[in-house]
Amino acid sequence: MSFRKIAGAIAVAGALVAGGAMSGQAATLDDVKAAGTLKCGINTGLPGFAYTDDAGNWTGFDVAYCRAMAAAVLGDANAISFVNLTGKTRFPALASGEIDVLSRNTTWTFSRDVDLGFTFIGVSYYDGQGFIGRTALGIGSATELDGASVCIQTGTTTELNLADFFRVNGISYEPVPIETNAEARAAYEAERCDVYTTDASGLAATRTTFEDPSQHMVFPEIVSKEPLGPLVRQGDDQWADIARWTLNALITAEELGVTQANVAEMANGTDHPEINRMLGSEGSLGEMLGLDAQWAVRAIAAEGNYAEIFDRYIGKDSPLALGRGLNALYTDGGILYSPPFR
Amino acid sequence: MTKYAFHRSRAEMLPERAPPLTSTGVIGWVRTNLFSSWLSAVLTVASIAVLALVLPGLIEWAFIDATLTGELGKDCPSEGACWAWLDQRITQFFYGFYPVESYWRVNVCLALLVPALAYMLFDKLPYARYGRWYSLAYPVIAAILLVGGLGLEVIRTDQFGGFMLNLIAGLVGIVLSLPIGILLALGRRSRMPIVRWFSVSFIEFIRGVPLITLLFVAIILLPLFLPPQVTLDQLIRVMIIITLFASAYMAEVIRGGLQAIPNGQYEAGQAMGLGYWQSMRLIILPQALKISIPGIVNTFIGLFKDTTLVIIIGLFDILGQARLLQTNPDWLGKVDYETFLLAALFFFVICFSMSRYSLNLEKRLDTTRR
Repeated sequence: MSFRKIAGAIAVAGALVAGGAMSGQAATLDDVKAAGTLKCGINTGLPGFAYTDDAGNWTGFDVAYCRAMAAAVLGDANAISFVNLTGKTRFPALASGEIDVLSRNTTWTFSRDVDLGFTFIGVSYYDGQGFIGRTALGIGSATELDGASVCIQTGTTTELNLADFFRVNGISYEPVPIETNAEARAAYEAERCDVYTTDASGLAATRTTFEDPSQHMVFPEIVSKEPLGPLVRQGDDQWADIARWTLNALITAEELGVTQANVAEMANGTDHPEINRMLGSEGSLGEMLGLDAQWAVRAIAAEGNYAEIFDRYIGKDSPLALGRGLNALYTDGGILYSPPFR
Repeated sequence: MTKYAFHRSRAEMLPERAPPLTSTGVIGWVRTNLFSSWLSAVLTVASIAVLALVLPGLIEWAFIDATLTGELGKDCPSEGACWAWLDQRITQFFYGFYPVESYWRVNVCLALLVPALAYMLFDKLPYARYGRWYSLAYPVIAAILLVGGLGLEVIRTDQFGGFMLNLIAGLVGIVLSLPIGILLALGRRSRMPIVRWFSVSFIEFIRGVPLITLLFVAIILLPLFLPPQVTLDQLIRVMIIITLFASAYMAEVIRGGLQAIPNGQYEAGQAMGLGYWQSMRLIILPQALKISIPGIVNTFIGLFKDTTLVIIIGLFDILGQARLLQTNPDWLGKVDYETFLLAALFFFVICFSMSRYSLNLEKRLDTTRR
């Protein structure tokens, strides 16, 4: 029995229990306000996405979303209890109500959305599986990898995607199964495999750690879609709306030029009607969500808009230096697109 | 005519002479310990060769080429170890996410632990009578200091971490698993069917299931079946599971000791009119436990290392902190070996002390006259 099925069974059992216990009062918002902290599920450590600073505070791309949401709901970006979850514990933790929102580089898939009983509220990072190899191999494309040895992390979707890719292209490969990302990196550096495959964000991060990054190239082929995003339990639409529009507010803020620095000033009113609606100086969008008018102001003030968060933790201002790629706004050639605030 | 003695004799003893050079001092030690036979001579030479091969490189990497200061991973050139993170991060490796302003509570706790342990482990200490009572009270004092209460600010257990977490979980497990293990071992040998049946099924169930499975059940499944109002602290759940797991193994270790006691000892107890518990306490267990010391300490050491599994409930013990630093973008790929080495060093110190203490205890309790 695969882990996915077990997780599914557990999550269903959890949903039943939770449904039985909480029928009629599915208001996560009230629970969060009563508790005074947002219980946010994050990774146990992933470069750029969730890690600790020197003072021991959680920080990173996924963590920033938690902070924005805590600021929007509770008015305090630090009113969070972080729950660190592994790939195995994340879904049961969300199903059982141990966390209010899961922001842990989780791929939005059909079965997770439908079968496990969760609601994905959007995509915060478009990732995809890629390959890294030595330039000395003399090839420019992953389709030329016939007979290559490939380092992969076992038990992940990357393993399945890899098999699919090679089958579709009719080429053969020799898998070198590895337990963790750090080991895979070490194995690749020790030339135990020709190429190493994982999500493109991870590859780019890995590449920066090599002694001479220019000797390694990430092949242009992306062999899977990995839209990563936050998710909540199914059945509490108000809470899902808050989570969804917090993310949308960060994206829209980038689009409209609202930044951490100028958001307080813009909240007093501008001559741009959508900014005014989002930041609460016009209309009553906040009340519709069950929050106050200033919710988006606080969400953006917490860590900045999407671009600021991206650049700070995984983008050009961070050691990982990932490019925006697909994650650029639709106006800049990416596919990041928020529905309007109206 | 002078009368000669029929035999030759000495009037006084010859002065003692030093033993031959080859059996004393450095040469003697080397001869008896390193070159006592062909096999050990070969092994000695081989070991020296291996050390000569490995050590210079290791020392060069860990000390000579090492980078000691720096703010970020890129301050570390790639040859040589990178220790620049130590000064910023060593507190997290030890205290985890425990609030900085409350570090003193952990420190006081540790300082108080020294006498508490000493009174449990060594006799012939002054004020031993009061000391033992103090040792018994120590867990309560420590719990209040660490978690809070009685005027101290409450600190949630998910803020525990680092080596302190290993120590807490390990000590609790060690202190509790021995008595539970003794009871289970006695239960398994009991003539009362229910007690025996319970002990056997408990021991066999726990030993038949991997620890990580039990942990997952306690952490993931339990909250699904308990009503949402009932919350049992995650750390406590893990400590209970680790303790029960160690207890089952402990029971079998002690049962081995009990079986080594000849029947005559049991009969002697009965002949003296001692009840079951009296004869166990006064006659059987002291002998059985003494025999079992190596096995018991073995289980303790295993338990202590199992405390690293707290990572699956999202707590960061010293190993978790090591992995965490490895994922920090500033240090990515620079500190993989260094952080694990530090964690290994901490574990080695504790586990090695445990093993030395058990050797010492065995010698102290040795009643055979050799």
